Amino acid sequence: MTERVNRVLSRTALHAVVIFIALLWLVPTIGVLVTSFRPAQNVAQSGWWTVFWGISDSVRFTLNNYRIVLSKLGIGRAFLNSFVITIPATLIPLGIALFAAYALSWMRFFARATIFMIMVALLVVPFQMTFIPILRIFNKTGLAGTFPGIWLAHTGYGLPLAIYMLYNYISGLPKELFDSASIDGANTFYIFLRIVLPLSIPIIASLTIFQFLWVWNDLLVALIYLGGTPDVAPVTVQISSLVGSYGQDWELLTAAVFISIIPSLAVFFGLQRYFVRGILAGSIKG
Amino acid sequence: MRTKKIIPWLYLSPALAVLGFFLIYPSCHTFYLSFFDRTSTKFVGLSNYIYVFSNRVMITAFRNNALWVAVFTALTVFLGLVFAVLFDRVRYEVVVKSIVFMPMAISFVSASVIWKFVYAYKPAGVAQIGILNAFLARFGISPVAWLIQRPWINNLCLVVVGVWVWTGFCMVVFSASYKSIPKQLLEAARVDGAGEWRIFWSVIFPLLIPTLSVLATTMIVFVLKVFDIVYVMTNGNFATEVIANRMYKEMFQFRNFGRSSAIAVALLLLVTPVMLLNLRRIREER
Repeated sequence: MTERVNRVLSRTALHAVVIFIALLWLVPTIGVLVTSFRPAQNVAQSGWWTVFWGISDSVRFTLNNYRIVLSKLGIGRAFLNSFVITIPATLIPLGIALFAAYALSWMRFFARATIFMIMVALLVVPFQMTFIPILRIFNKTGLAGTFPGIWLAHTGYGLPLAIYMLYNYISGLPKELFDSASIDGANTFYIFLRIVLPLSIPIIASLTIFQFLWVWNDLLVALIYLGGTPDVAPVTVQISSLVGSYGQDWELLTAAVFISIIPSLAVFFGLQRYFVRGILAGSIKG
Repeated sequence: MRTKKIIPWLYLSPALAVLGFFLIYPSCHTFYLSFFDRTSTKFVGLSNYIYVFSNRVMITAFRNNALWVAVFTALTVFLGLVFAVLFDRVRYEVVVKSIVFMPMAISFVSASVIWKFVYAYKPAGVAQIGILNAFLARFGISPVAWLIQRPWINNLCLVVVGVWVWTGFCMVVFSASYKSIPKQLLEAARVDGAGEWRIFWSVIFPLLIPTLSVLATTMIVFVLKVFDIVYVMTNGNFATEVIANRMYKEMFQFRNFGRSSAIAVALLLLVTPVMLLNLRRIREER
């Protein structure tokens, strides 16, 4: 009898702890979501949680914050810029890494192991080591403050991880596939297109999500190579400058934040399975 | 696979070109620049390094990075492990895991705004709109200026933001390796009369140690380069400076390319031991 009571008690405690943790993790985001729909004067006078107490005059909602943020504060523009930056900066490194990982996994050539080790070692080079020389070259060639400039930069920074993860996956494909294809006289490019690419879809999906989220959420690389110019600034740069100029206007900041996290949350929840798989491929196998 | 000698290099050349241009060449050049003055015209020997390791703000930055490494790594890894094991025991595991994992999709910039709002401070007597100070007010405790109270409260408050984002990552990785432990093993221990606590420490934990060490090194490498959170929330004011933010300031605000190069090199030196550990692990596995 007491044993059963104990079990029920410990189950209850477990649920209580788990739900408490989930709430703790969720509350900051809910605060932002609620605040982004409240009128400015309410936000300044009462906490966002009071809307749940249902005290009449603090429960008012508006879309006005979103309107102001999108049109007047440049978040609309920045949001589009983020897409213009992110899509090529995701696809270009992926393509280049696929070619490299294929060669490294299935071709024999001089210094192959050394080249692979160097590429992996580059994983940990802080980007800070590269900013000054590259920015100087970008300034001279007119690439600073342009989209192609930042596409290239993200390509360089994203490559080591992409090559490493693709290598792990592609080198694990069954050897027989490659042997029989080359006996049949298929050339390397045909094998790449017809065997490597289709079989690598899962890891390609994981990497695409990784790189997408990485570039979408990046602040530092954009600050360095794009500067603060609103014409090209992505949403992260725009928000960080709003924090400086509208630091107390929480209804505006929260609306801006919420807009900025919609695409990444959509990608995240839609493709969480691939995302998790990618993390596991990158950290456990590695 | 037998191919003509040139073919592997065709596949590799885009990657080699990009890595060479964006990582290898600039890293070497930055190292070179770190021995020159602010405009890179006069050779100054080690004086930039003397500055880096003796300047007061730099020493604060090193201290804070050490704090980040210790507290951030310990908390993300510890909580990740605890959550993975706890959540495994409830039926709504998928939901709570998604909630804790979700901040991974949010940029550090947005996470910083989200938490700045949690930490919002108003003088005593005025209605608090930050949930943390409102919570204190309930118990009659006077409000705390979370991001200004130096040096421990504000730095720890910044670390918490990072922990909120990255715990989900550790949890997901732990969860995968926890679930790969054969259930018979745990059953056998139970049959032998071991309690849950004992099973955790004698069976589960030892099996998770490889995962733990991979995660810890990943977190350390990552957090040594922490930038966005500090840049957005305090910009290094009130003794919250970190190395990466200092490097950015030296580069863009003070325009001292010698010093900022030396800071980048210092960052590389800090990351290198961890990188060597990782390389050794990869080599052993191959």
